[in-house]
Amino acid sequence: MDLFKFFGRSGGGSKDIAKDRLQLLLIHDRANVSPQFLEMVRGDLIDVISDYIEIDESGLDIKLTRTKRERDGATVPALVANIPIRKMKEKIR
Amino acid sequence: MGEVIVITSGKGGVGKTTTTANIGTGLALEGKSVVLLDADIGLRNLDVVMGLENRIVYDLVDVVEKTCRLKQGLIKDKRFPNLFLMPAAQTKDKSAVTPEQMMELTKNLAEEFEYVLVDSPAGIEQGFKNAIAGASRSIVVTTPEVSAVRDADRIIGLLEANDLKNPQLLINRIKLEMVKRGDMMNIDDIVDILAIDLLGVVPDDEQIVISTNRGEPAIVDDRSLAGQAYRNIVKRILGDNIPFMSLDTDEGLITKIARVFGFVRK
Repeated sequence: MDLFKFFGRSGGGSKDIAKDRLQLLLIHDRANVSPQFLEMVRGDLIDVISDYIEIDESGLDIKLTRTKRERDGATVPALVANIPIRKMKEKIR
Repeated sequence: MGEVIVITSGKGGVGKTTTTANIGTGLALEGKSVVLLDADIGLRNLDVVMGLENRIVYDLVDVVEKTCRLKQGLIKDKRFPNLFLMPAAQTKDKSAVTPEQMMELTKNLAEEFEYVLVDSPAGIEQGFKNAIAGASRSIVVTTPEVSAVRDADRIIGLLEANDLKNPQLLINRIKLEMVKRGDMMNIDDIVDILAIDLLGVVPDDEQIVISTNRGEPAIVDDRSLAGQAYRNIVKRILGDNIPFMSLDTDEGLITKIARVFGFVRK
């Protein structure tokens, strides 16, 4: 029986929010990632991918975040790029 | 040669000075010879927390600039067998001392004392660099708040980059009631995030305010919960294997103690 709920108090408090925010914050702090760095990665990614795929550059979103590793569920930093595709280039099989 | 321990945090107001005063007093009560060094030049406070503010003649800058001899810069705390304070200068700023001078000063003090505790200023600038210059061991103080833990993480990175490996964590001002209802990060959360060894946990305790008002470290007060936590921390610094007070379980030791002393409502 959940006594907290029984007495009208919510069980999951704000500390989980604090922990989540901190973990995200520290990924950036520790990696010392500047906006310029992400801009450089973004530029290079566009260069490489554009050889194969026509992409929507304006819609490209790249960010440093974290994800659960499949193997053991541990939280690890991840570079996530959302790249909208216009169409595949035909010269590639 | 004595050991030089720096107490630091990054963020201000998390309890570095209170921690320095209590650990230093505790080590002296355990029979060690101890000197407390206030490295917060321009904003000295360790003298006030220790209740020694009326006895200052010379300060750290006077010693470094050789205006006085090393021993003249030390104030003996008459309440404890072998405890001394070297106050910071109040009218100068951080640039009055260099890391090289601090290295020499702490080395000289370590020849006379078993423990040299350096109270670091907040921040990561010159004052911090001075404070860590001569240290061989470091204690990082944080509170269970996002801002304080973030700054602690930054400080840990800087300590390791400056060859102060294995900094130890002191979590200050844990509020049992808030942890219990999930509104404050618990010890595991913080240790998990910062990934360094835990030296101790000090519960939030009104007695600390009263102690500071009086200029008497809480560690001498048997009724103080924080004082008990500091006594355990001192024993761990001396190498004893003292188990951590449990804060998570419903009937953890500290909760029991808290209940006995009326800090926790039933």
